[in-house]
Amino acid sequence: MAVFNRRTLETLCSHTFYIELVTVNLHTLVDSLLSDTLETSLPLFRPELAICGTIVLMLLVRVIRCERFLPPFCLALVGSIVALWLALPSEGLAAWAELSSQETFTGMLVFDSLYAYVRVFLLAFAVLFVVLSQLTGIADREDGQDYFTLVLGATLGMCIMASANHLLTIFLGIEMASLPSYVLAGIVKGRRRSSEASLKYAIYGAGAAGVMLYGISLLAGVVGSAHLPTIARELSSLNIQAMLASSEESSIVMVLALGGLMLGVGLAFKLSAVPFHFWCPDVFEGASAEVGAFLSVASKAAALTLLIRVGVGLGYVQEKPQAELAIDQPATVAEVSTAGQPPTTFAALKAGSIVAEEGASDPLSPVRNFFVILVAIIAMVSCTFGNLAAYGQTNIKRMFAYSTIAHAGFMMMAVAAAVALLGRDTIHAQTAISALLIYMAIYLFMNLGAFAIVAFLRNEMQSEEIEDYAGLIRSCPVVAVMMTAILVSLVGLPPLAGFWPKLRVLQSLYEAGGPLLITVLVVAGINTAISLVYYLRVIKVICIDPEPDTRGPVSLGFLPVAYVLVVSLPVIVFGILPDTVANWADQATKHLFY
Amino acid sequence: MNLSEPVVYLSLLVFLPAVAALVLALLPRLTDDAFKCITLAVTILVFILSLGMFRLGAGIDFQAGVAEMQNLFQVDWIPTFGIQYFMGLDGISFPLIVLTSFLCVLAMGASWPINKHVRAYCILFLLLETGMLGVFMSLDFFLFYVFWEVMLLPMYFLIGIWGGPRREYAAIKFFLYTLLGSVLMLIAILMLYFNSDLTRLNAQQMVDAGIVTVAGDSTVDASFQAWVNSEDTLAQRFAEIAAETDPARRRQLHTFNILALQQMGQHTDLFEGEALLGKSLQWWAFILLFIGFVIKVPSVPLHTWLPDAHVEAPTPISMILAGILLKMGGYGIIRICYPICPQAGYDLAYFVCTVGVVSMVYGAFAALAQTDFKRMVAYSSVSHMGYVVLGFGVWSAMADTGYNADYWKMGVNGAMYQMIGHGISSAGMFFMVGVIYDRVHHRDLNQFGGLFAKMPVYSGFAVGIFFAGLGLPGLCGFIGEVFVILSVWKYSYVLAIISASVVILTAGYILWAIQRVYLGPEYKGPNGDALKPITLRELAIAVPLMVSAVVFGIYPDGLLRYMQPSVDRQVDQLAAWTQAYDERETAAKPLGDEDGQMASR
Repeated sequence: MAVFNRRTLETLCSHTFYIELVTVNLHTLVDSLLSDTLETSLPLFRPELAICGTIVLMLLVRVIRCERFLPPFCLALVGSIVALWLALPSEGLAAWAELSSQETFTGMLVFDSLYAYVRVFLLAFAVLFVVLSQLTGIADREDGQDYFTLVLGATLGMCIMASANHLLTIFLGIEMASLPSYVLAGIVKGRRRSSEASLKYAIYGAGAAGVMLYGISLLAGVVGSAHLPTIARELSSLNIQAMLASSEESSIVMVLALGGLMLGVGLAFKLSAVPFHFWCPDVFEGASAEVGAFLSVASKAAALTLLIRVGVGLGYVQEKPQAELAIDQPATVAEVSTAGQPPTTFAALKAGSIVAEEGASDPLSPVRNFFVILVAIIAMVSCTFGNLAAYGQTNIKRMFAYSTIAHAGFMMMAVAAAVALLGRDTIHAQTAISALLIYMAIYLFMNLGAFAIVAFLRNEMQSEEIEDYAGLIRSCPVVAVMMTAILVSLVGLPPLAGFWPKLRVLQSLYEAGGPLLITVLVVAGINTAISLVYYLRVIKVICIDPEPDTRGPVSLGFLPVAYVLVVSLPVIVFGILPDTVANWADQATKHLFY
Repeated sequence: MNLSEPVVYLSLLVFLPAVAALVLALLPRLTDDAFKCITLAVTILVFILSLGMFRLGAGIDFQAGVAEMQNLFQVDWIPTFGIQYFMGLDGISFPLIVLTSFLCVLAMGASWPINKHVRAYCILFLLLETGMLGVFMSLDFFLFYVFWEVMLLPMYFLIGIWGGPRREYAAIKFFLYTLLGSVLMLIAILMLYFNSDLTRLNAQQMVDAGIVTVAGDSTVDASFQAWVNSEDTLAQRFAEIAAETDPARRRQLHTFNILALQQMGQHTDLFEGEALLGKSLQWWAFILLFIGFVIKVPSVPLHTWLPDAHVEAPTPISMILAGILLKMGGYGIIRICYPICPQAGYDLAYFVCTVGVVSMVYGAFAALAQTDFKRMVAYSSVSHMGYVVLGFGVWSAMADTGYNADYWKMGVNGAMYQMIGHGISSAGMFFMVGVIYDRVHHRDLNQFGGLFAKMPVYSGFAVGIFFAGLGLPGLCGFIGEVFVILSVWKYSYVLAIISASVVILTAGYILWAIQRVYLGPEYKGPNGDALKPITLRELAIAVPLMVSAVVFGIYPDGLLRYMQPSVDRQVDQLAAWTQAYDERETAAKPLGDEDGQMASR
């Protein structure tokens, strides 16, 4: 027990930091800390600093009571645009391909091409989102500062999630992103549904955070570090299958697996993956549509990047050449799961040990197998459940909540494929990650567009029920057509943009192979057909059903229609010419593993 | 950029309707008739463009008697995904393209009674035309898939908005069936793509795949070498991968090129690896693709969407659905299933033939039982398309026939002829049903009668078209059916006898329908006063259909001249493959037999 406590204590400091603490004197320590922070870390951290500055400025403006001259919207817009501008590489986006991975802030965060891409994505979303909030009028004069502060604060948290390299920063990032979201869910004051959503979200979030923190402490306690690459190195030095064989050491593996599972709970909560999705429909229904857009796009993107970080961080050691690994490993993984055993930690680890005996050489393959089985099964269940549950919804936001669950499941499939491929072919693993990035980018336009339309229509007709959209094509044809395009793209039909990421994910799954991932592939394919039914129902209501007599004229102003067009036209443009996005994503992942 | 380049001409042909649809969407509000006239003008222009290729000696033409792909072109579309904008024509696709543009003109002419949301109707109609033309022209598997899906949404709306009382149910049923089929197709595409490898093809095969073009007097090998050394990105990757000598580190050069996949299916063992349950990869790919296409054809038991869709769809959409959309299934089978997965096709030939015969028999019996006029015609489509599946499946080039492919050729040619003939006759039948439905607003076969007296001209045309559907000699339905049944005789007596007797059933339901609708003393059903003689517009649609039904019936060479060389070439290739395959198998087998005998002794 004493040993355990000491180890837990160590993890409170980052690994490298701890080593320095015991070996060098204070002066050199401060010097190296300073140079690390000032010379390498902070320059790479400029966009985030710009966001921090904006937040502080917005709060100050309220203190000195001059929001009349400096409206919060302008501050937020300028701040996010500056941050986006700082995040874009000055040499053009092609510079991403040359970025090498670099640890910042003494290993707490990592800066690589993946993060560069995701950061641009998050900040671009922030800009679009700030504009949307102003157009729908949710951030009025009274709430403006609060609202934008929370949005930017959550964005900052998501940036940290996406670049986390340490179990503590993972926790910190998730909490920084979640806490503002709890408040945002209840930002519409005086609405009971809204407050209920907020409270539910906060309670679920707190529970998940507690479990995750416990899992982190278990992991760090056993391994002796919370720094992801160090954990991976430690894990690879353990002989997991031998440990499983001996009775007393197998309990250590069980603790590791339990820690991993508990960490997974926190991630699954952010991803709203089944079975941790219960908050999602309630929160989406209760919160305003704008917040729904924020949660479904930015929050999901950050959580998926984090999932990749954890999977890759724990399942892959950068320095080692990985060429000679077991080829048949996913096959063996799946045999276990298709034999009908539940995905318990024990079964999964057993699977890993079988594989490792055959493939022999890679000590981390049990870790990867554990991860792949877990993610693949959760992804399949989330995708299928989300699509089936969406079928019965009458509220459009609730329907989109389930659609988000299904899409998160689909994106998780890419993560499973990426980690499965990691063991034998890093180039194809990069393709799988690039599939995920394309998915995120396209999903931004689809969901932001959809929620923007829902928000604008809510302002016009005070309803978010699907049946109230009947015959919308007669009164506002442009919006109805764009909504149709978005919904069809969400199904994944070519030639709309939503098809290409799905194709890429299916390709990666096929490339990864093995019965488990082929099953995932088939499930993904069938889910496309299932999802058609409920998306098409909305299309039917909008385009085919007659207009109800009770509804007055619905007409959106010029600016909302223009905004909808700007956000949703890429759904069509990238559908016909997806090369641009695909190229960015490929650049972002080109040198991820070396 | 001039019209004599295939890339410009064919793109214009495919995308002119789509561009026109965009223009229609942006136009200010016009009268309904103006929208219809514009759309009709566009479809006529597309028809003229497709006819323009008959003009020999022009910048771009389609030459009769040439078996190979003509007017090929390829442009990179999505290089990151390896997808090309790759199109071309041969004798299999060209007649279908002309049929498509022809029927679109007639269907637009038949759209005049439509008065609801005319602008939206015209836009969707034109988008549908782009999708259909694109399917028949694309030679990149992915492009094919994209066009295949492009048709779905317009079709859904066209049935769902302008259809009959149960239109929404029918529309979503159609959509779901087709989407399920295309998801299976997508999985098959991925399977084939990830097992393809361009570097395994030799110079001649690269030329056949349309990747290397032989210029003028240069030899195949020289052009191939010139291509490998060229600046083309594909060529550079090809050279890079081919240069890798270590087999362990060698990567594959995947492709979506349908022609290249055909070459790989017939000349390499790339698709012969074992996949699941002891069946080869191509066996599974064939099954997945076949299900996808057979849903569209449609064959029993995957046909149930068709009667619903036809009954609910408005007349012009029924014409297109029966005349063109069903042909896409058949086209997919002949263009993709068989040439890419010959081993599976050989293995499953009897299964495919059985599916065809069952559809023929079931469709005919179901048609006999209908009281709804349109539903009867819909089931007759199921029955007639069974001939197409049967004709494709008759793999009679086997060892005991000495790999003589003549009857197989006859079957495939007959099936292709049946596709064109049925395109004309079924579109005509649906139009004829539509004409009286517009007048009396019901389709109950038992409440008609005596139309000959009230509408003599119409009834004359209608009976003519129905006879074409029946397969009366001298009309377009006859030749295809006879070819198919004759070819089956050499393959399986049982199937031949069953399929020949279907002709009697067909005659039964068509003659009975004619008797109930057009003959008899007088019309007793509702709205009898509305039975006015045929209008000039309706006549203008009926006459071309009737004329082409007669022309294709008495002058089959007019069509076969363009079609037969390509069909024969493909069948010859597959017959040669069969021989090579059987020789390989028999070379492997006797050894095993001997072992067995020795063990038993």
